Amino acid sequence: MSTPDFTSSGLRRRRAVNRLMELLAWACAAIAVGILGIVVFSVARRGAGAFNLDLLTKTPVPFALGPVKQGLANAFVGTIVIVGFAALMALPIGILVALYLIEFARPAVRNVVTLALDVLNGIPAIVIGIFVFGLFVVGRGQSGFAGAFALGCLMLPLVARSTMEVLVLVPTSLREASLGLGVPRWRTTLSIVLPQTIGGIVTGATLGVARVAGETAPLLFTSSIVGTQVSWNPSHALQTVPVAIFELSESPDPADHTRAWAAATVLLLFILFASLGARWLATRSRRKLEAAR
Amino acid sequence: MTMEAENVSTIETALRVETKRLPLPPRERLEQVFDIQDLDAIYGSKPAVKGVTMEIYKNLVTAIIGPSGCGKSTFIRCLNRMNDLIPGFKQTGTVRYHGQDIGGGDVDPVAVRRTIGMVFQRPNPFPKSIYDNVAWGLRVLRMKDSLDERVERALTQAALWDEVKDRLKASALSLSGGQQQRLCIARAIAVEPDVVLMDEPASALDPIATQAIEQLMHDLKSEYSFVIVTHNMQQAARVADMTAFFSISTGAEGERWGELVEYDDTTKIFTAPSDKRTEDYVTGRFG
Amino acid sequence: MSSAELTDAPRRSFTGRRVRLGDFLLQVVAGAAALAATALVLLITYKVVEGAQLSLGTYGLGFVTRVAWNPVAGHELYGAASFLFGTAITSLLALALAGPLAIGIALFLTELAPRTLRAPVTALVETLAAIPSVVIGLWGILVLGPQLRLHIEPWLHSGLGFIPLFGTPSAAGASIFTAVIVLAIMILPIVSSITRELFLGVPRDLKEGALALGTTRWEMVRGVVFPYARGGIAAALILGLGRAIGEAIAVTQVIGGGVFIHWSLFSGGDTLASKIAAQYQGATSNLQESSLIYLGLILLVFSLVTNLTAQWIVRRVARRQGVGIARA
Repeated sequence: MSTPDFTSSGLRRRRAVNRLMELLAWACAAIAVGILGIVVFSVARRGAGAFNLDLLTKTPVPFALGPVKQGLANAFVGTIVIVGFAALMALPIGILVALYLIEFARPAVRNVVTLALDVLNGIPAIVIGIFVFGLFVVGRGQSGFAGAFALGCLMLPLVARSTMEVLVLVPTSLREASLGLGVPRWRTTLSIVLPQTIGGIVTGATLGVARVAGETAPLLFTSSIVGTQVSWNPSHALQTVPVAIFELSESPDPADHTRAWAAATVLLLFILFASLGARWLATRSRRKLEAAR
Repeated sequence: MTMEAENVSTIETALRVETKRLPLPPRERLEQVFDIQDLDAIYGSKPAVKGVTMEIYKNLVTAIIGPSGCGKSTFIRCLNRMNDLIPGFKQTGTVRYHGQDIGGGDVDPVAVRRTIGMVFQRPNPFPKSIYDNVAWGLRVLRMKDSLDERVERALTQAALWDEVKDRLKASALSLSGGQQQRLCIARAIAVEPDVVLMDEPASALDPIATQAIEQLMHDLKSEYSFVIVTHNMQQAARVADMTAFFSISTGAEGERWGELVEYDDTTKIFTAPSDKRTEDYVTGRFG
Repeated sequence: MSSAELTDAPRRSFTGRRVRLGDFLLQVVAGAAALAATALVLLITYKVVEGAQLSLGTYGLGFVTRVAWNPVAGHELYGAASFLFGTAITSLLALALAGPLAIGIALFLTELAPRTLRAPVTALVETLAAIPSVVIGLWGILVLGPQLRLHIEPWLHSGLGFIPLFGTPSAAGASIFTAVIVLAIMILPIVSSITRELFLGVPRDLKEGALALGTTRWEMVRGVVFPYARGGIAAALILGLGRAIGEAIAVTQVIGGGVFIHWSLFSGGDTLASKIAAQYQGATSNLQESSLIYLGLILLVFSLVTNLTAQWIVRRVARRQGVGIARA
């Protein structure tokens, strides 16, 4: 760096440039917050007005005319079922992967698997949809299971990553205390190490659920050809909230748009609560782990 | 007084105060617990200790003393296969426990650690209740009968029972440092090992807690054999029947490793050591 | 001695099963999970290639350069070029918009914001990331698009219409232009959060050394922070680009659709991802289906390249600086 300019006019100019950059940075932050505000406000304003309990309890009426076209109960139920099964698939495998990487794997193996997880995380959701389409839907037809599997693929890296982060925080002295007693390795891992990480696992699971509950692309090919009846059975295709919003948004009928706004508001509320809840849990469990060290 | 003289007199006082310690019977009549032959402990390519040969005897307190870096902790961890947990560690020579080679290829380290217990430098209780800290090991190792009695017995032997008997369900982490360490001792002796290895058990504790632990060792050595690593010579003089002095040797290219220099009755080590290095250390000239 | 009645003899045999069943089982099961996760990536690649087989065989690499998408029976012809163009233009423009904005936000949060504002604003930016793409797309079609159509597009066309980029405004607000704005909004949080963590990792004594010379804050940022974080910023931008390339739903909702390449930003078009999403209701022929999957294969290749490049940069920079950089 050349010697800074100390003359008063040079300094004034440099200060002006600095001020300008500061203003720009403030502006950037304001724009970001503003965008968020606009989007959330837009959705909330249109959604709140359109929201009534019918949305959650009634099924859609096909080909009806007029502003009232009943609700989206089948979509809400379908989302609960499919996201539930996705979590059921992704959680155990994600935890096991994290356990293997932290407790057993050699550094070379750990690097390879971590890379695979990062790559998996970066594959576009629509490609995952194509993958599961080719794997389970071709020849068999769509199903809630196929949709759940696709969402599970999206959840897996998230769960594995957050479990790994808390596993690393468990102090070695705790493992040594148990092993020193003559307790076998597997018992130490399952009874002493893993319980310490429950907080982190729940956080990861919640964040994962919040993320996949809003995913549309993987479900387009796996669980989108649906009827209007409410069903809890994942062996055939189930309607889901994101896919419903997607379809309604493409429709020319304003009544459909109304229902889309309402559903979007509910979805957004759920996701925001889940994300905030997960973050609060994360800080709380991290504080507890660090106090115990 | 000069520093040397001051140090010597403190130890002599310690030795004299230990009137409760009976003179040791001749070695041939003592039962061996460990027979260590030519033990080398190596991390990767760097040796931590070389050529250790000694016997450790039953129902005695054996102290390992020496300057920092002489491999005392590494040595003691060889006795219960705890070094297995460190990647790149290698051990040569033999360690026989009652005649059985514990480093043998078909030996299960988990079984070794059940019989040869360990207490660590910093207290590491489980994040469970006081009761469960002692009871969990018993449950896992299938010693579930009379659980309450076993827990009470262990806590009594560790001189902790009176202080915690009314709050057994409280979290172990709510205890003071000295209490936590006594809890760790209770936990270790509850599973009824034969030997208890202690790696500087009182170095993180205040003098009163230290004294409690030293008293404990004295009271319990009729049931267990203790091997204790300590950097505190006065402590060794107070509690140990036999003392082993390790020191650092330097090689031609500057490598350093630990070696057993002298091993004898504690009284002899501190009053009439045979090796000059021992004398230098014990009288405070170095280390 | 009372201990004798409570336990077996203290001198137990140490020999026996060298490897415990419990240890073995846990390691095998956990290892199988790790293997499955790794194999999943390979399986995905394999399945996508398999699905594209028919189209790959029919068109080979010529697919990539052909501008066509005609599913009419008897005249079937497919090609990816217009969608490649759409992907390139939307992603790059979105990055051009969101990149500087994200860096500005990161700078604000690490250097300028008062302490009380830092946590809330960070949380707000990350909340933007949590909004599902279908909701942003909904907002895009019904709110953003019409607004752009009413106010911005005519203004740009009248002022800059001589540049082919700013042609006739779109019919209903569904255009490449709207898609660019939507994509920029979507990739903003990810680029800004990575950049923010990067800036936080710049050692304080480096920064203080510059300030102590009497430089202004901006000069310090330009002279110390940016060079130090250079690699990480590149990785963040590449990751943002990868995200934009892969976004299917919000884009297909607002981009209007179209098979031919137009220069005007206000015309409709499609990206690789949005085309696939647009035809989800089913292809009319095996060849069409296979061609759609071929599009997906190209998309997969792009996303792997961007992801791996970003990872490689991160690992190389981390090694050089001895510090871990936040993951995406």
